Amino acid sequence: MSFKIASSPHQHSQKTTAQLMKLVALAAVPGIAVQAYFFGYGVLIQLVLAIITALSCEAAVLALRSKKIKVKLLDHSALVTALLLAVAIPSYAPWWLVVIGTAFAIVVVKQLYGGLGNNLFNPAMAAYVLLLVSFPLPMTSWLPAAPVQNLAVGPLDAVCTIFTDFSCTGYSVSQLRQDADGVSMATPLDTLKTDLSQGYTAAESLKKPVFGWLSGEGWFWVNLAYLLGGLFLLQQKVIQWRIPVAVLGSLFSCSLLAWLISPDTNASPLFQLFSGATMLAAFFIATDPVSASTTEKGRLIFGVLIGVLVFLIRSYGGYPDAFAFAVMLANMTVPLIDYYTQPRTYGHKNKGAR
Amino acid sequence: MNQYQEIVRQGLWKNNPGLVQLLGLCPLLGVTNSLTNALGLGLATMLVLLSTNTVVSLVRNYVPNEIRIPVFVMVIASVVTVIELLMHAFLFNLYQALGIFIPLMVTNCIVIGRAEAYASKNAVLPAAFDGLMMGTGFALVLCALGAIREVIGSGTLFAGADLLLGDWAKVLTIHLYQADHQFLLAILPPGAFLVMGFLIAGKNAVDARAAAKAKPVEQKISRARVTHVSS
Repeated sequence: MSFKIASSPHQHSQKTTAQLMKLVALAAVPGIAVQAYFFGYGVLIQLVLAIITALSCEAAVLALRSKKIKVKLLDHSALVTALLLAVAIPSYAPWWLVVIGTAFAIVVVKQLYGGLGNNLFNPAMAAYVLLLVSFPLPMTSWLPAAPVQNLAVGPLDAVCTIFTDFSCTGYSVSQLRQDADGVSMATPLDTLKTDLSQGYTAAESLKKPVFGWLSGEGWFWVNLAYLLGGLFLLQQKVIQWRIPVAVLGSLFSCSLLAWLISPDTNASPLFQLFSGATMLAAFFIATDPVSASTTEKGRLIFGVLIGVLVFLIRSYGGYPDAFAFAVMLANMTVPLIDYYTQPRTYGHKNKGAR
Repeated sequence: MNQYQEIVRQGLWKNNPGLVQLLGLCPLLGVTNSLTNALGLGLATMLVLLSTNTVVSLVRNYVPNEIRIPVFVMVIASVVTVIELLMHAFLFNLYQALGIFIPLMVTNCIVIGRAEAYASKNAVLPAAFDGLMMGTGFALVLCALGAIREVIGSGTLFAGADLLLGDWAKVLTIHLYQADHQFLLAILPPGAFLVMGFLIAGKNAVDARAAAKAKPVEQKISRARVTHVSS
């Protein structure tokens, strides 16, 4: 009779990677739906493009590495990477953008490092940074939310714009972004940043049409939907509370401090929490089990680091939003964080304790 | 295989300064955003290596062992200064494009490395030849990197060749494609690291394939498993 000696943990939920990934994808559905409602159906096309690219790239590399293609493809991790990248890039970005990004995420960031579980960086965010650094113009061309759009954009326009750079009625993306006066409308975070740099106060800037209740028009609801999805993930125990709470908590406290000191030159803390990618990143991106810290204390440090970096880059950096950079920078520190936050093993004493 | 064939093999492939020794990465990654820059710096480095190896080999028997490094550095610094002034005089545009990387050749590890590892121990002719081959190997890697990054990043090949070779060379510039959006990353430093990684991986793959081919077929020993493996 043989006894199997397994290493800890001895008790774990019986969920497989595939089930967890499916839950993550499911939890993102409300966010994607709200995004599609406010920012056009382009996001769905981007999603399809990203998923097709991700699966074919993953299959190709797995074939090259002579791994079991079907098993690995069905763990749905490529799907989640594709999903996160697709919702992060502007809905009407040209098709090759998402294809290049997804291929880079899967082939270089994930598979070249050894596949799922071995990647140092979050694939979706590394790809986002690649795209943002390489193609700054299309990567920042977000259309304003549907209620403030000047030109109506239909579902078919999404197809036309993504594949031909022009909507079916012949408008380019930059024309679609213009308001009635022909001035381009940027994202709320971008607008606020530009206005503050030009000497407006935050309160003056917030009167512009791209802003709505509490944060940007439409952006509040997108963030709220991702928050709901994140709470669902927490309830399903797919993620733990530490990283999201640390990210949101540190972003909130930093911006609260700055806002109390100088309310004219800083957005309110709630504005920060419901703008840009905050909720998506806090619940779906920073909690990536592979590239985030794995210890309990480490996750708090990791999350706080992300929150602080996001606040710093949003307020003082060159880019309006910062989650991709913050997550990647924090990913780099993970080996160090994990090294110094190893939990006490049962039966052993703490270091230094006698 | 005679000595000179071995030097060629070492410099160009087996011990390539760029791909294997990974020396001089600073200029390697810094200037290779276009083929012209890469070729310019590659030729300059080759010239420096050839001259320094020759001079170091010539003085090797007169330099006390204790102070050989300062002497080598002085030789290298003088040669680089000469080359810098020559480029300043005759290739001014390229001189400006390469900027700080020309004087930085003094600190290029390949140059001092070859002086110490080869030229100070060998006769003049092999030493000079070694300098030439190491320089060629380095220049080839520079050019490969420069060409790949220029094609991906700006869609051209050999843009600005006239800066290096004179006005006739304008015909060498090839416009491969005209993109609305340049793939900026390839031109920026991170792109250099990425392309370099792929080049090294490519070389290792070729080596691995060659090694697998050359390996004699080992006799297979088959054993019967006597223990049961539980799943």
